[in-house]
Amino acid sequence: MTDLLFNLFAVFTVACAAGVVLCRNTVASALSLLLCLIGVAGLFALLNAVLLAVLLVFVYAGAVVALFLFIIMLLDVQGGERLPFKGATLASGVLAVGLLATGVLSLATHARLPAVAAASPAGSTLRDYAELLFTQYMLPVQVVGFLLLAAMLGVIVLSKKFAGLEDIK
Amino acid sequence: MIPLTLNACLVLSAVLFALGFLGVLLRRNTLVIYMCLELMLVASTLALVAFSHFNGTLDGNVFVFFILTVAAAEVAVGLAIIVALFRKRHTIQVDELNSLKN
Repeated sequence: MTDLLFNLFAVFTVACAAGVVLCRNTVASALSLLLCLIGVAGLFALLNAVLLAVLLVFVYAGAVVALFLFIIMLLDVQGGERLPFKGATLASGVLAVGLLATGVLSLATHARLPAVAAASPAGSTLRDYAELLFTQYMLPVQVVGFLLLAAMLGVIVLSKKFAGLEDIK
Repeated sequence: MIPLTLNACLVLSAVLFALGFLGVLLRRNTLVIYMCLELMLVASTLALVAFSHFNGTLDGNVFVFFILTVAAAEVAVGLAIIVALFRKRHTIQVDELNSLKN
């Protein structure tokens, strides 16, 4: 059952990811990204990380893709049609992806990854996450909070028009 | 039928990463390039969650927490930059954003 679900979610996710790259319409690309993220959330749930799956749907599908769609509508990109790919770019892209695939395949077939039983002894309830986050990872939590504050201020400065600050942009 | 193993998860995340990478190289709309960047980030989080699950620790999952937070902040700032760019240049095609060339 788990394997069947894994295969289904994997095929779904890869198909939607290909849709993001190939769709002619920008809105269709954004909606493909949404479906792809839902597929990844399903994979997270299969990998015993239900909390992360829920967070992924909240943060990415709820906030990020909505923001993308909002910006697409705000900018009203002319037609939104995809231009045909350039030959040289296509060749170099396929070459780069081929090299990446070779590297990963050699890792998957030759590397000696430690064989550990699939059952994860560490629990994945909210309590376990909280224990780690507030003991071992306390400093990163503070740093990330500060980063969010800095990002918020940055976005306000970037998108608001201040009198006399036009030369910054 | 491919069983759910660490190698299968790694290959899947590499395929997702490669698709996002291909999109960054091929597409010329800045918004779509940005979406493909997000796709690459999500692919890397999939690998982290798989390592965490198959090693029986929670550290990879906690790291994905931080990646999600940073990605959300990054999207907000990046889209603000794209909007500012569009206001100034009235285009978001990367071909036409070449003022550093001259």
